[in-house]
Amino acid sequence: MLRGIDLEFGARGITAVIGPSGTGKSTLIRCINRLVEPSSGEILLDGVDLARLPRAELRLARRRIGMVFQEYNLVERLSVMENLLCGRLGYVSPLQAWLRRYPAKDIARAFELLDTVGLAAHAQSRADSLSGGQRQRVGIARAMMQEPQLLLADEPTSSLDPKTSVEIMGLMQSLSRTHGFPVIINIHNVELARRFADRVVGMTGGQVVFDGPPATLTDDHLQSIYGGEGWLE
Amino acid sequence: MSRVAFPANWWARAGWTLLLLYVAYAASQLELTPARFAAGLEHGGKFIARLFPPDFHRWELLLKGMVESLQIAVVASALGVLISAPLALLAARNLMPVWASWPARAVMVLCRSFHPVIVAILFVKAVGFGALAGILALIIASVGFLGKLLTEAIEEISLKQVEAVRATGAPFLSVVTYAVVPQVFARFIGFASYETDANLRNSTMVGIVGAGGIGGTLFAAFQRFDYDFVCAIVLTIIVLIMVGEVLTVRIKKVFRV
Amino acid sequence: MSAALEREWRRFTPVERLGRFTVYFGVVAAIVASLQTVEVIPEFLYDAPEQIGDMLVRMWPIAWGHYPEGVHQALLESLHIATLGTVLAVLMAVPVAFLAARNVTRSAGLNYAAKLVLVSARSVNTLIWALLFVAVFGPGALAGTLAIAFHSIGFTGKLLGEALEESNRGSIEALEASGAPWLSIALKGYWPQVRPAFWGIVLFRWDINVRESAVLGLVGAGGVGMALDTALNLFQWDRAALILVSVLAVVVVAEIATTQLRKRIL
Repeated sequence: MLRGIDLEFGARGITAVIGPSGTGKSTLIRCINRLVEPSSGEILLDGVDLARLPRAELRLARRRIGMVFQEYNLVERLSVMENLLCGRLGYVSPLQAWLRRYPAKDIARAFELLDTVGLAAHAQSRADSLSGGQRQRVGIARAMMQEPQLLLADEPTSSLDPKTSVEIMGLMQSLSRTHGFPVIINIHNVELARRFADRVVGMTGGQVVFDGPPATLTDDHLQSIYGGEGWLE
Repeated sequence: MSRVAFPANWWARAGWTLLLLYVAYAASQLELTPARFAAGLEHGGKFIARLFPPDFHRWELLLKGMVESLQIAVVASALGVLISAPLALLAARNLMPVWASWPARAVMVLCRSFHPVIVAILFVKAVGFGALAGILALIIASVGFLGKLLTEAIEEISLKQVEAVRATGAPFLSVVTYAVVPQVFARFIGFASYETDANLRNSTMVGIVGAGGIGGTLFAAFQRFDYDFVCAIVLTIIVLIMVGEVLTVRIKKVFRV
Repeated sequence: MSAALEREWRRFTPVERLGRFTVYFGVVAAIVASLQTVEVIPEFLYDAPEQIGDMLVRMWPIAWGHYPEGVHQALLESLHIATLGTVLAVLMAVPVAFLAARNVTRSAGLNYAAKLVLVSARSVNTLIWALLFVAVFGPGALAGTLAIAFHSIGFTGKLLGEALEESNRGSIEALEASGAPWLSIALKGYWPQVRPAFWGIVLFRWDINVRESAVLGLVGAGGVGMALDTALNLFQWDRAALILVSVLAVVVVAEIATTQLRKRIL
């Protein structure tokens, strides 16, 4: 469904991918870490073509790519702390994971991250006892535990209320700036995209039709991306 | 400041330790030593060699036994379903008064408590060898299990629907048909098909105690050390039950369960 | 005025009605065919009340005194057989269940093979497994434990596989995206989701196995069934009654225990 995509992302900044439903924004994001298999083409990260990697090496490569999901995708029954440490599963053996013998620096980092996202008090709470916004913060912290070179976010705010959405976007922005990694967000809320992104990529019909800073995103562009008249008023 | 990442779950640890200790204790009680096991494996190898190739030349006897088992299963399931449905309704505490539900529940518990083979032995004494004993034994077993599952399903229904139908002035049976049955029908078909499969399985073994079916043929072959025939019988049983399970899945699809 | 189209209220489409009719017809035909051909000897049927009466009379009074030396040890042995057999079954069933679950193991061949193993295991009754194991390992508790274990794999594996197939995909996807190895995904993604169902299945199976273990002795596989077999062969109905009552007591206690435990877990 994606056609002729040729995009280059820099080592910094937030890129928001916008477009109508079904146009392939989610597919684009998921092709990068191959949760969706691309039918052809290259995906270069640091000179390595992710599209050609065999399974075992793909797994290793994924460790450096963090992902935040629309439905948070936490393990509901586990505690917040355990969910965070799931971000390190790619770095510890299954035996260590089972015995919960994570390296001390991982645990220290986990506590730091919990402080950063403001959930220190909930470290031992079960994931399903938290609100949506809190869960997404755990999801972001989990991705951060991977020390990612790149953060992908697939509609991270679509299940959240407006105020919480702004908080979550702000959190991703500040983490991106502090730790210096790029973020690619698939989002359908144009206002949030304008407010937080450094670059906007507009898609329609499986193709990129706009690529530039949010300031240059005019109503005409939005019209061509989304089609229709009434919704802009 | 030191914070604990994973608080220890002492209850879980105690539970697992207890389980491990028990397993060690029980194994020693049963004299399950590695030596016995090893000796058995060697013997087992020879035994498996004697099982193969399966011997089907007595297929008429095999067929007769299988057909009888099938008959036992079919009749027992049909009658079991017919009896357990109203019994389960009587036993539903949310619909029935205590003087009706308690005896009904007691009957079902009693039916369930004894293994079908034991019930079969008793019926063999009562009505003699043959399929009748098997049928009666399996009816008892069906009523026990199907009844329990059905009662639980009935007790989980939404009473609001019952209330609504009652409010229209419908007689009791109509209330049941329109408010109770639609809510439990899907689960009922699931349970009934599970019970039919179970009866098919059980019908293959009640013969061991003389209650008819392929079990008797199997036991006789065993005692004669006719292991090739034993293998043929076991393989046929497996195929029969697989076919039975596939059929019940199909039937459930027809009723959109 | 145009005539209103006559609309009939139909619950099912014609295809569905055909399907339902075929099933009803098939079921009734099977029942009728079975009833007609099954051999029932009427004399035995009329004789039944008298036979039952005779049996009950011989069972009373129940031989309570026989319990300590004849029954108690055997009863405990049956319990051990049931529990050890269940533990063994669960250990064997977990990997097979993972292989059988379509969302966990993507190879259709492996799924099919695993499901075949599970179906075969549960198609063979515990009693028949017991016969086989008695032939291999000799009479006694070892045969009984293995019989329980091998039969139970069939159900435990099937139910566990179904629980795995129903688990939420999202958290698994997140773990895959973070590059976790497969075993860790199983441990941290699937296990927490199926844990309550798992314990429910184990308890349910143990309860049934307590019943099953009592009769294994009839074919020589250990436990109280052997005492029952002896009593029946010697027509000692009062002792047989004692054994039946003891088994009943154990089964009732086991059922109460599992119901309580299940409430606490779920």
